[in-house]
Amino acid sequence: MEPIKVLTANVDKPNSKSIEVYLEGGGYEAARKALQMKPEEIVQLVKDSELRGRGGAGFPTGNKWGFVPKNAPKPTYLLCNADEAEPGTFKDRVIIEKDPHLLLEGMIIAAYAIASNPMAYIYIRGEFHYGSTVLNKAIEEAQAKGFLGKNIFGSGFDFDITVHRGAGAYICGEETGLIESVEGHRGQPRVKPPFPAVVGVFGGPTVVQNVETLSCVPFIISKGPDWFKSFGTPKNTGPKLYCVSGRVKKPGVYEFPMGVNLKELIYDHCGGIVGDRKLKAVIPGGASAPMLKPDEIDLPLNFDAVMKAGSMLGSAGVIVLDETVCIVDAVWRLSKFFAHESCGQCTPCREGTNWMESILDRLERGEGRQQDADLLLDMADNIGGKSLCALGDAAIGPVISSVKKFRDEYLYHVTNKSCMPGTTRYRRLDMPVAAH
Amino acid sequence: MADLHPDNPYAKDRFADPSKKVEFSPEAKKKFDWILTRYPTKEAALLPALHLAQEQWGWISPETVHYVSELLDLSPATVFGVVSFYNMYNQKPVGKYHLQVCTNLSCMVTRAYDIYEHLCEKLDLKPGETTPDGRFTVGEVECLGSCNTAPVVQVNNDYHENMSVEKIEQLLTNLK
Repeated sequence: MEPIKVLTANVDKPNSKSIEVYLEGGGYEAARKALQMKPEEIVQLVKDSELRGRGGAGFPTGNKWGFVPKNAPKPTYLLCNADEAEPGTFKDRVIIEKDPHLLLEGMIIAAYAIASNPMAYIYIRGEFHYGSTVLNKAIEEAQAKGFLGKNIFGSGFDFDITVHRGAGAYICGEETGLIESVEGHRGQPRVKPPFPAVVGVFGGPTVVQNVETLSCVPFIISKGPDWFKSFGTPKNTGPKLYCVSGRVKKPGVYEFPMGVNLKELIYDHCGGIVGDRKLKAVIPGGASAPMLKPDEIDLPLNFDAVMKAGSMLGSAGVIVLDETVCIVDAVWRLSKFFAHESCGQCTPCREGTNWMESILDRLERGEGRQQDADLLLDMADNIGGKSLCALGDAAIGPVISSVKKFRDEYLYHVTNKSCMPGTTRYRRLDMPVAAH
Repeated sequence: MADLHPDNPYAKDRFADPSKKVEFSPEAKKKFDWILTRYPTKEAALLPALHLAQEQWGWISPETVHYVSELLDLSPATVFGVVSFYNMYNQKPVGKYHLQVCTNLSCMVTRAYDIYEHLCEKLDLKPGETTPDGRFTVGEVECLGSCNTAPVVQVNNDYHENMSVEKIEQLLTNLK
């Protein structure tokens, strides 16, 4: 499969983040067209395109917009989720920093389609300081041209955008955690139902969409759902950004029609493994996705195929691990992440993630016990599905898959009190570890 | 204050000193007033207000917590709860250069721990500590969303990408 340039059409142009460059490429024409249509027509086009949310869950975007109740007592809100914090994911950053106007145009169309309140928010993670300055500049440019503000394109539609910076909490990428954080609270997810589409931010119906999802919307309006569906396969449509990192020769963001073959992506487009070593494992969709072994990677990277293979496409953050990586060490690092980022609200997740990290650490230190592999599976069983949000389920993904697929490596740590020959532990065990 | 156990490491820090007055600079106050116009509730301005405060003072002191709570009609406990939830709000002063090494998986397998360990040893610091001259604070940080240019070190607001021990050495000499 050949790479395409749809979402990334502008990013290589000089000064691609300026409104002039965006307008030269036909920018804001889709928004102009959309604002002359009826909101229901736009929702129908998005439904017809079969666009699915790019943030991780793959929920059909048009359906989400259709859930917003008409005549709700409080205003409807559009929130853009730019809290890109899933380890291994860096696709939204490209759009934010290199083509911010594509995102703004998508937001104008989405807001009009769901009859949003005149103010929407982009929730960007605090670490993307540069990205937030780029977005603020882009918003100013759009306001100066009249694309944001009162009576946009003479349609009578008022709309403006505020960039809301997070402050370093992975959990705020979760829909309701994000809503809490916009309201000025600790980012602890809410009980669902009510779902955000009914009661969300400031008590109004709320649609939360990922950056890449919103950036697909202008193309659906300007080129039509059939053009959009010409990429990918039925139910898994459209252009898709893939992030590849880890032990590959050419890590980066690659754009393909939805469903590029994972093996082809790693070996043909990313140049294969560093040092031409053997592949050990691939995480196909960010840290939460269960690992795949080398014999399982000959599959199209789309929502349904990866799900069928027992993992998930998630945010399409592909992390490649070669034969020199110690799996127990790698899973320890991911568990440390989830233990650090657990918001502390639900006991199974708060306690369980910390215990999993401790057990993996003691295996690395040569203090593991014979039953530890099974103990990890048992703990995972007591975390999964037992908390308010999906963080607990995410945390057990790498643990369960690695114990099942690399049990010999776990047992080797117990019997020999060291990593398997030929594998490396990347950290020194005598260094202080930061507290959570 | 008096009723906290003297060994409690937070005893001195957790309570505001009424003799220390803090106030936004005129530019920050102007920005703060603009922020208030962008949200339907006052409380929603809390995260941006804390960012403003940290830009001005470098950290969120107990006095700042009280000041911000008064500005937004919130209890100091609510504000402190938010400050302590989010990693980026510094609960104690940091050095002029806050060096945060990403050690998450993609950075780890490209040898980020070598950089982190080198920094800790060279500057003789534990994570979160600051050098006596107030120049450097070292810390470990979770995924910065730049895994294609791993390993990444964040210095204050800027990313330094494709780092190595040699490059961090060079960087340390450049950061005066």
